[in-house]
Amino acid sequence: MTLFAVNGEGDAAYSAGSFYCEMVGRHGRPADHTQPIRTRLNGFPTSELVTRAGSAERELYNLGITFTLYSGATTTDRVLPFDLIPRVLSPQEWQTIETGVAQRVRALNLFLHDIYHDQHILNDGTVPRELVVGNPTFRPEMVGVDLPHMAYVNICGTDIVRDDRGDFVVLEDNCRTPSGVSYVIENRHMMLRAFPELTEDIRLRPVSNYGVVLKEAMLNMAPAGASDPQVVLLSPGSFNSAYFEHVFLAREMGVPLVEGRDLFVDEDDHVYMRTTAGAKQVDVIYRRLNDDFLDPEAFRPDSMLGVPGLMRSYRKGKVSLANGVGTGAADDKAVYAYVPRIIKYYLDQEPILPNVQTNICREADAMRFTMDHLEELVVKPVAEAGGYGITVGPVASREEIDACRDSLKADPANYISQPLVQLSVCPTLIGHQIEPRHVDLRPFAVTSDETWVLPGGLTRVALPKGSYVVNSSQGGGSKDTWVLA
Amino acid sequence: MHSILARFADCAFWMARYMERAENLARILDVNETFAQDRLRTEDWLPVVEINSDTSRLYAKYPTPTVADILAFYMVDNENPTSIISAVRMARENARMLRHLISTEMWTHLNIFYNELRDLSPADVRLSRLAAFCGTVKENSQTHVGIADGTTYRDEVWFFMQLGRFVERADQTTRLLDIKYSHLAPHTAEAGTPTDASQWNAVLRSAAGYHAFRRMHARGMRPDDVAGFLLFDDHFPRSVRHCVDRISELLAGLAVLHRRPRDERNAALVTLREAFGDGDIERVLNSGLHEFLDWAQLELNRLTGELGHSFFGAEDSTQQGQVS
Repeated sequence: MTLFAVNGEGDAAYSAGSFYCEMVGRHGRPADHTQPIRTRLNGFPTSELVTRAGSAERELYNLGITFTLYSGATTTDRVLPFDLIPRVLSPQEWQTIETGVAQRVRALNLFLHDIYHDQHILNDGTVPRELVVGNPTFRPEMVGVDLPHMAYVNICGTDIVRDDRGDFVVLEDNCRTPSGVSYVIENRHMMLRAFPELTEDIRLRPVSNYGVVLKEAMLNMAPAGASDPQVVLLSPGSFNSAYFEHVFLAREMGVPLVEGRDLFVDEDDHVYMRTTAGAKQVDVIYRRLNDDFLDPEAFRPDSMLGVPGLMRSYRKGKVSLANGVGTGAADDKAVYAYVPRIIKYYLDQEPILPNVQTNICREADAMRFTMDHLEELVVKPVAEAGGYGITVGPVASREEIDACRDSLKADPANYISQPLVQLSVCPTLIGHQIEPRHVDLRPFAVTSDETWVLPGGLTRVALPKGSYVVNSSQGGGSKDTWVLA
Repeated sequence: MHSILARFADCAFWMARYMERAENLARILDVNETFAQDRLRTEDWLPVVEINSDTSRLYAKYPTPTVADILAFYMVDNENPTSIISAVRMARENARMLRHLISTEMWTHLNIFYNELRDLSPADVRLSRLAAFCGTVKENSQTHVGIADGTTYRDEVWFFMQLGRFVERADQTTRLLDIKYSHLAPHTAEAGTPTDASQWNAVLRSAAGYHAFRRMHARGMRPDDVAGFLLFDDHFPRSVRHCVDRISELLAGLAVLHRRPRDERNAALVTLREAFGDGDIERVLNSGLHEFLDWAQLELNRLTGELGHSFFGAEDSTQQGQVS
């Protein structure tokens, strides 16, 4: 018996059950494009996969490709578990994702420009004003500020899943400081080292030019008149959980990896960095620091990570920040429900990638519906990231459902609910077996005067059996994502 | 040539210093084992504690330290800032800050080396394993230097790494000599005896200088020749003189990079160049070797402080970056 069926022939050891599988598809909708890869995988004994997976993990640890996990006062460096079996997208599937992501980013940038300027979309009630202006993610400091190319969201990570029919739907947009792109590129490197035979003769869209494109976009964002602009990457520091990614991106772009203490704003409102030869002007800051921490004069006064006066310089157009300040108003989970209407409003197009049907619990009908169907719905707090605070009704215990009901009653406006999407699965090495595990996909879009989407994206996989939570902080791993050329 | 952030200059300086320190700590432990009259006796390990100024720290942790305690204290004690594992950890932390400016090879090597030290079991920390342990540390420090030489772009990162390496090496060579002095002091009657000669021999070997010394001094093992060689020889890479010359060249090179006049304001460097440029071992021995070594260590500290003011932004009220 082989691992996978090929040409629909033979008994297969692997079965995805009722889910859509990224490797084999589903009944009536086979994933024909993966046939050559399935054939090759069938040629490897599982023990060989186990050996190679072990050496890949050791290599990631030695290379220090790790993220930091915080649990109380203790911190641990962890390797993001890497699964050797790739997630493969056909050229057609990729085209849908690529155009769909670019469409969303374009619409969200127009939306942000509008809400920080004339507010047409709020004035005519297409999006409720209090939902946007009353939200802490809306930054009044940004009203009337003009950004180069009207580009607020320069780096966007769109979380996409595939349902049991095999159709892509968007779970959320990440417009603030989305992370994970370093793993896309490192996973490919690891794949090519650990499993060269699998990729042989198969033409894949490359991912290694991300740094070049990102640097180009950052240069495009420089304030008018800056000749030979200085770009820097602003990190919260080496104890941040995503520090490896900051290092990676600074290296790939060839720019200094700075912390707030390395920068200062002078009386001329320009930003400078402290070098061995004195102060040097900075024109573009790719910041991996949340709005709150950017500038203690403008936002949290207790922030030790930011740069006093940065907002003053930014508002005068003397420095560019990527992403722009106040982009959280576009990826808020409550605004998410309106994105299809936002696309229609600014672009007069139907969304290429649909949303998951979403109930906004601040609205009475939606709240009632949610309370009546807690066992079937996924309830998410709108203000949390990283998969925290989510209750997945169909798998939740009695106590979890009760706790969720109490939280909802206490603060309905803090929640949305959605039907549980039966996420697609991908064959994954679990111990000494190949088993189906649920996956999502986060493609990365880079935008300045135009939008470019890195072919593929981060495929995260929920390693515990039956789990739908792919976050690295909660038992998620990742896979190399192949886009066939 | 782009100038790097002041903080990174600081990190590069200290990364190299800490790796050099780890290597020299290993050399000191190694040579002390050779000197010990009875290597199982605590007293015979106290000179190491003294030259590292660790007496109060050691006794706070171990009121009656055994040899095993002292070895653990210097090999693998994370709480002791002068232990080998602390030096390597600090080197790695500084490298972590610098990761986007150094080669992947350099980072990976440091990461693996630190993880190996961290994973040592108590069984690995024993007198019988000391020589092997010191060998591993020396080898890894030298690998680090080799990777640096073969992969580092010759911009300021390189200059500050080299500065850190030579400042630390000069300092540690004075300490290595001091170890011999400490062992000698209570036993002055031994001067000129076969034991004495073999100890000077060991000092030279621990500094990897025996063969070079032999080429310069065809016969004998006179203490003043050995001390003179380690302090004043201008071709031996671990001599203080050689290190001071390199520091001087590096600062001149930085001045060229920064297109500013050669920096003669570093008063400590001027003093050190005078003292080592035409050093006379007879005069040093007459006025006291130990005092001279102490003085040199203080001047090297002053030099580091002046580098901080010139390059690392140390005049700022905010403490700059390096992990030290």
